[in-house]
Amino acid sequence: MFDTALTLKDLMFLAKGAGITLAITAIAVLFGTALGVVFGTIKAQVSALAAAPLTFVLDILRSVPLLIQLILANAFQSIAGFGWSPFTVACVMLSLYTSAYCTEIVRGGIDAVPAVTRRAARSLGMSWGQDMANVTLPMAMRVALPGWIGLALGVMKDTALVLWLGIIELLRSSQILVTRLQEPLFILLITGAIYFLISFPIARMGGRLEARWREND
Amino acid sequence: MIEIENVRKSFGALEVLKGVSMTVEKGEVVTVIGGSGSGKSTLLTCINGLEAIQGGKITVDGTVVHDPRTDLNKLRQKIGIVFQQFNAFPHLTVLENVTLAPRKVLGMSREAADEIAVKQLSHVGLADKLSVYPSRLSGGQQQRMAIARALAMSPDYMLFDEVTSALDPQLVGEVLDTLRLLASEGMTMICVTHEMRFAREVSDRVAFFREGLIHEIGTPAQIFEAPEKPETAAFLKVAH
Repeated sequence: MFDTALTLKDLMFLAKGAGITLAITAIAVLFGTALGVVFGTIKAQVSALAAAPLTFVLDILRSVPLLIQLILANAFQSIAGFGWSPFTVACVMLSLYTSAYCTEIVRGGIDAVPAVTRRAARSLGMSWGQDMANVTLPMAMRVALPGWIGLALGVMKDTALVLWLGIIELLRSSQILVTRLQEPLFILLITGAIYFLISFPIARMGGRLEARWREND
Repeated sequence: MIEIENVRKSFGALEVLKGVSMTVEKGEVVTVIGGSGSGKSTLLTCINGLEAIQGGKITVDGTVVHDPRTDLNKLRQKIGIVFQQFNAFPHLTVLENVTLAPRKVLGMSREAADEIAVKQLSHVGLADKLSVYPSRLSGGQQQRMAIARALAMSPDYMLFDEVTSALDPQLVGEVLDTLRLLASEGMTMICVTHEMRFAREVSDRVAFFREGLIHEIGTPAQIFEAPEKPETAAFLKVAH
């Protein structure tokens, strides 16, 4: 029954694909979160009217299917002569896409910090930045964490779409093997297991942090 | 010295302060009493510049609070304020709550800040709660922690905004005792309060607020024994 043509070399090929998936995820989550913190802070601090241009752009990023965004961005950069590699396009677009969702998570977290707590921080002589760094953002982080973990896991799975730009990430690697070996179920089982292995530590780490923070609440 | 001259403050169309004037000398304890919505609490948040004013002038030791050139972060270091609502920083221990501002704002070392924090927390009777998170504290303990946190910045003035109003009755006493202690040590204080006995006991002067104005101000004896205005007498009759 377990008679398979899959070799160790093929597994290494999958692992390499997984490495690409992991790299794109890490870059997108890192930059997307950094941008999301900046945008979310802006949205929480300025009036809806002043934030309207930003909101508009982020709404586009959130409402147009990621696949369309990737292909359009790739076409645009080649017409404009940027000379970006598909990997760069994938990282840039996924970072922006992540930032659009992260913005709302961060804004929600900041809004959840009671105004009186921030007043207390400011009344001790803390500047806006000191309040943000030491009181508001750490408090907001506790509220935002579950949403952020969900976002990171979602982005990890969404990276599969970059195969349309010709990047051989985990899913594309498995497709190549399926075509060659004609063992779709077995290979997809392994591929699914690899996705799970990547996700699980992120989810567990999130759960741990949440539990630790809850002890203080 | 805090000088409040003809201060006007509105929230939209609602005028909360309609020309309040009052002077608080160094070492003086002034309590502010009056009905809800009379503008008492708003005055406190105007004094440390948390709220803008629409007219008049507030001067603290010669610094005009609402002058755009005034460094409010600097000014607030010498004006401590404690609010009605509990406002501990929930992600920090009691000790860290108190050391945060001295470290970040005054640039103190951890050791120096810890030393001051332990002193102030002992002062308010929380020496055994240093490494506890605020969620484990009672309301009265949270308010005392907030007082210690403000005191750790070595302020020249302390403002108290109905600090016992959100407390269960049996916890009010411990917080008022802390305020009494501060008053007896010569701290300059403005206390907005509904605790008439406390006001009578610790104040050098009592100000009765009514409809955005100081309706009557005087020594506790004057205000409580022989109020000049009928509205003051009527308020005290109900408040007692």
